[in-house]
Amino acid sequence: MNVSWQWNLSRSVRRWVSLGLVLATCHGCASVPNPDPRDPLESFNRGVFTFNEGLDQAVFKPVATVYRDVTPRLVRAGVGNFLGNLDDAWSSVNSMLQGKLRHAMGNFFRFGVNSTIGIFGVFDVASEMQIQRHAEDFGQTLGRWGVGSGAYLVLPLFGPSTVRDAVALPVDSNGDLISHMDSIATRNGLRVLNVIDTRAGLLGVSSALDEVALDKYSFSRDAFLQRRRNAVYDGDPPEMDSVTDPVR
Amino acid sequence: MRFEALERFAMQRRLFQNLTTCLIAAAAMLGPLSTSAADEPPDAVIQRLSNSVLDNIRSDKSLKAGDLSHVIALVDSKIMPNVNFRRMTASAIGPTWRQATPEQQARLQEEFKILLVRIYAGALAQVSDQTILIKPLRSAPDDKEVLVRTEVRGRGDPIQLDYRLEKTPGEGGGWKIYNLNVLGVWLVETYRSQFAREINNSGIDGLIKVLSERNKANVAKG
Repeated sequence: MNVSWQWNLSRSVRRWVSLGLVLATCHGCASVPNPDPRDPLESFNRGVFTFNEGLDQAVFKPVATVYRDVTPRLVRAGVGNFLGNLDDAWSSVNSMLQGKLRHAMGNFFRFGVNSTIGIFGVFDVASEMQIQRHAEDFGQTLGRWGVGSGAYLVLPLFGPSTVRDAVALPVDSNGDLISHMDSIATRNGLRVLNVIDTRAGLLGVSSALDEVALDKYSFSRDAFLQRRRNAVYDGDPPEMDSVTDPVR
Repeated sequence: MRFEALERFAMQRRLFQNLTTCLIAAAAMLGPLSTSAADEPPDAVIQRLSNSVLDNIRSDKSLKAGDLSHVIALVDSKIMPNVNFRRMTASAIGPTWRQATPEQQARLQEEFKILLVRIYAGALAQVSDQTILIKPLRSAPDDKEVLVRTEVRGRGDPIQLDYRLEKTPGEGGGWKIYNLNVLGVWLVETYRSQFAREINNSGIDGLIKVLSERNKANVAKG
């Protein structure tokens, strides 16, 4: 029986995700000493987080490290630019949906210039022209439209998310230009490359996290939720009710 | 006799007044050169600190090689005198701070400081040929606490670096940092839940132990 490798790949991905969910549910039986109001699913999330960490240590981190060590910096930059260019197209659509016309035009211009002069996005000509990227995704669009982020949720494989962003995920993958490519081999190849490139970019951050985080789950949750809120408000979030300082 | 004493006293007072006036004038002239004599606006403080650190990183070869211990020493000497660590630590610990003894408070402050310096130094070590852009200050002139937003620009996406400062007239240029935001993440808030969890598990002494062990392990790693 000649089953293609692409079918095997998606089958094994589904198997990992199911395994992750099973493990997480087992963890979910325990209760948490300090419940955080933003994280009502903490037991479940901690389970998935541990599973993801294990998978990361076993697979993603070593592969990304080899990729970073073996590939010349220029090639990695080119790969990053190419993948970033594909994101810029979707960012442009989302900026438009959020009514941020200047950002939408900027992102669209970036996509246009980089795809043509930048040869399919490999060269980031637009950044040389001082046209900044404004990354947007459908989760941020929903946030802008007033949808609250909902409970913190750690997804198997995908990592930190929220209920809102998890719901937005199918829309994001539909909007991703990679999904609209004809060949299954190209699609999966690009997806794998995307994962490796992203992970390689985060190698410095993850090792720093190992050093400075007392509780990696807590740190990554708080950092993720703050960054997400920051992204929805484009770096200018409104003041949150802060805990009063005991010293004052 | 008494009259002479009075006269002498009056002369001394006048001398003292003249001396004081001279000293004030001298200090005023030296104002721009000394950092503690004049109070600056908060964004000027941040500009001065960031520039001095970046200039040092740019010029020092050993720092460029990513030697973290050197960057840590640099951050310790240049930035830390302008940080209110007591407030940062108290804020991160929360209500339990008041229950801690002065020795525990001092230990917590010390260990948290070492950790924070490491975080900040780690972020700066990624920097090379970057410039700091200070965003326009959005606060009233008599605000006691302000937010200064900066961006580190260079290769790749700009890195957001924000500071919260409180007014401290006469010290460190008039402003001290009490919270730091790297890439959209406020550090005090992020450590609050981690500290609370640790204190719940093993009390304040347990937290001190965890922090100091982590700091020692980091130093051993280099």
